[in-house]
Amino acid sequence: MIPHIPLGQWVADLIDWLLATVPWLFDAVSQVMQVLVDGLTDALTTPPPVVWLVVFAIVALVVRGWGLALYTVLAFLLVVSLELWVETMQTLALVLVAAVIATAIGVPIGILAARNRAVSVVVRPVLDFMQTTPVFVYLIPAVFFFGVGVVPGVVATILFAIPPGVRLTELGIRQVDREVVEAAHAFGARPGQILREVQLPLALPSIMAGVNQVIMLALSMVVTAGLLGAAGLGAVVVRAVTQLDVASGFEGGLAVVLLAIFLDRVTAAFGQRTALSRLLGARTRRSPSRGTTDPAVPRPEEPAAAGARSSG
Amino acid sequence: MPPVLRATGLTKVFGAREQEALRLAGEGVGRDEILQRTGSTLAVHDVGFSVERGELFVVMGLSGSGKSTLVRLLNRLIEPSAGTVEVDGQDLRALGDADLRTLRNDKVSMVFQHFALLPHRTVRENAAYALKIRGVPPAEQRERADWALRTVGLLDRADARPDQLSGGMQQRVGLARALAADSEVLLMDEPFSALDPLIRRDMQDLLVQLQTELQKTIVFITHDLNEAMRLGDRILMLKDGRTVQLGTGPEIISAPADAYVADFTSDVDRTRVLTAGDLLREPRMTARLGQSPGEVLRALGAAEANGVYVLDDDRRIAGVARDDLLARARHEGRTAVGPRELVADYATIAPDRPLVEFVHLVGRHPVPLGVVDDDGRLLGVVPRAAVLDALAAVPVRREG
Repeated sequence: MIPHIPLGQWVADLIDWLLATVPWLFDAVSQVMQVLVDGLTDALTTPPPVVWLVVFAIVALVVRGWGLALYTVLAFLLVVSLELWVETMQTLALVLVAAVIATAIGVPIGILAARNRAVSVVVRPVLDFMQTTPVFVYLIPAVFFFGVGVVPGVVATILFAIPPGVRLTELGIRQVDREVVEAAHAFGARPGQILREVQLPLALPSIMAGVNQVIMLALSMVVTAGLLGAAGLGAVVVRAVTQLDVASGFEGGLAVVLLAIFLDRVTAAFGQRTALSRLLGARTRRSPSRGTTDPAVPRPEEPAAAGARSSG
Repeated sequence: MPPVLRATGLTKVFGAREQEALRLAGEGVGRDEILQRTGSTLAVHDVGFSVERGELFVVMGLSGSGKSTLVRLLNRLIEPSAGTVEVDGQDLRALGDADLRTLRNDKVSMVFQHFALLPHRTVRENAAYALKIRGVPPAEQRERADWALRTVGLLDRADARPDQLSGGMQQRVGLARALAADSEVLLMDEPFSALDPLIRRDMQDLLVQLQTELQKTIVFITHDLNEAMRLGDRILMLKDGRTVQLGTGPEIISAPADAYVADFTSDVDRTRVLTAGDLLREPRMTARLGQSPGEVLRALGAAEANGVYVLDDDRRIAGVARDDLLARARHEGRTAVGPRELVADYATIAPDRPLVEFVHLVGRHPVPLGVVDDDGRLLGVVPRAAVLDALAAVPVRREG
């Protein structure tokens, strides 16, 4: 017989140990998250709905066009008429906070993985694990660390939403034309310059696709996080499920879908060619003045320089 | 003056068992066997050459010959396994990362096969790329970039983006980027291979013209021997990472080092490579003004020729003495060859002109084509047989 390996017990022990050793860390994280989510929720729910509705419509108009602007107005008006505006804004706040943090963690890891084989090799199975673990499993350690409420929901959402940000950033940077990167080396660019001025701009469509995926995953997880008592549409849906209330379950679900379509179209537009080149066009027109504020004088050696030469 | 660029014993092994592969390569083991025995690829082995200021040095080889690796060893984009590269007497392998970047930025520029322009920057910004990295003030960047773009004939497209330009134009931007950096050494990695034949020809003309004006030190990589012959002052023939032959175009055509080179040269358009100077012979005979017609006629008979160049005291061609006119002069009792015996029945060419420009002149006159210097002095002649011999040179075929 194969002996039983108490893997699960080890993980449980690890969590206990963490809780006993660095409780202040979880308190701090908890405080920060709470402040962020509460602040954003207040900002979104305090003014009358029409204020934000106009803002969303303008955003849609700028990044995409009249069609999306019209959709945005109609969708959010419907949400208001369903009397789910406040819940929708709570969910939006949660999604935005989680997505921003997940992006802030995921994109740098993706950059590291693209530049360093070893990081890539380590990160890949971790991402596989994160993406295939059933979503409810994330909720357990989140509850242990952060109790119930909004914070464990945000944390579980962040963990769940990180992988596509990492993967698509790594992919995007690896797909940048090798000869262009080589040319940057050949003209004496520093690794940091190559990352900023060549790799990231050329990988931007892929990175934005990653950000889009992060937001969509965050939205799907946020509903599950309603189980932990996070306010918002998740709570509406969970209440409907427990009470077998088809009507409010449908309305809550519909509001999630409307919000999802809005977020998806807006963020997808950022990754598209037209919106992208507009964005880049604006950037490059400014670049002569940037040259004066950021002269590329030789600076002390950067540690990443050693890997620069050996491609090819 | 020392050479601007000197490579000595350059060797590159790709793969894990570098030392063992190097040892085998040193024993003269072939590339395939080294791959089989060590799993490592011997990309370049023991290549050495030096390039003078103003020289256009061509490295020629088929794909897999190691030429792209070789050019990247020259600016250490690829780290050599052995050997040294010196630019202006400075050993590249002794440089730290920062110094190496500085050297790449202002001494050695590169032009790439697929242009490698930044797609999100304008043509002008691409041209100014090296200067931006160098930290040159924006106004000066713009001035230098515009100069470089004007030089390659693309200033009117300075605000376009690379993807709005044709391939030939994009490579002009690539060239402008290298020129704007104002570096002495230009490494060109098959810069025209991705272009249409007609455009390629234009670009070759442009490069020749630029080189006349700017006198850069150029290492030019190509797989096209016609291009190599057309551009190169000297050509290094590379095969399986090793030097097969190093010499001028005509040297390689007329004396290929082995069957591999001969195979190549058989495809070359010799009429564009070989010049009058290459085919030049000492004339079998010449006459001088004032010689007696009978004497000249006898000499003609001995040489079995029907005419002869008559030269003045400075070896300038006074004209051609034809046998029938000489015979009449003798019959009429004239004692010195003078203007009355001379006809203008000849053609001349300068020694640097390619065969294609004078092949139609050969064999149309009683005397062979005359090769003259700028002052009209006869340097030698190109007999018809020499032209036919050069064109008909049967390439040595590889056995098997």
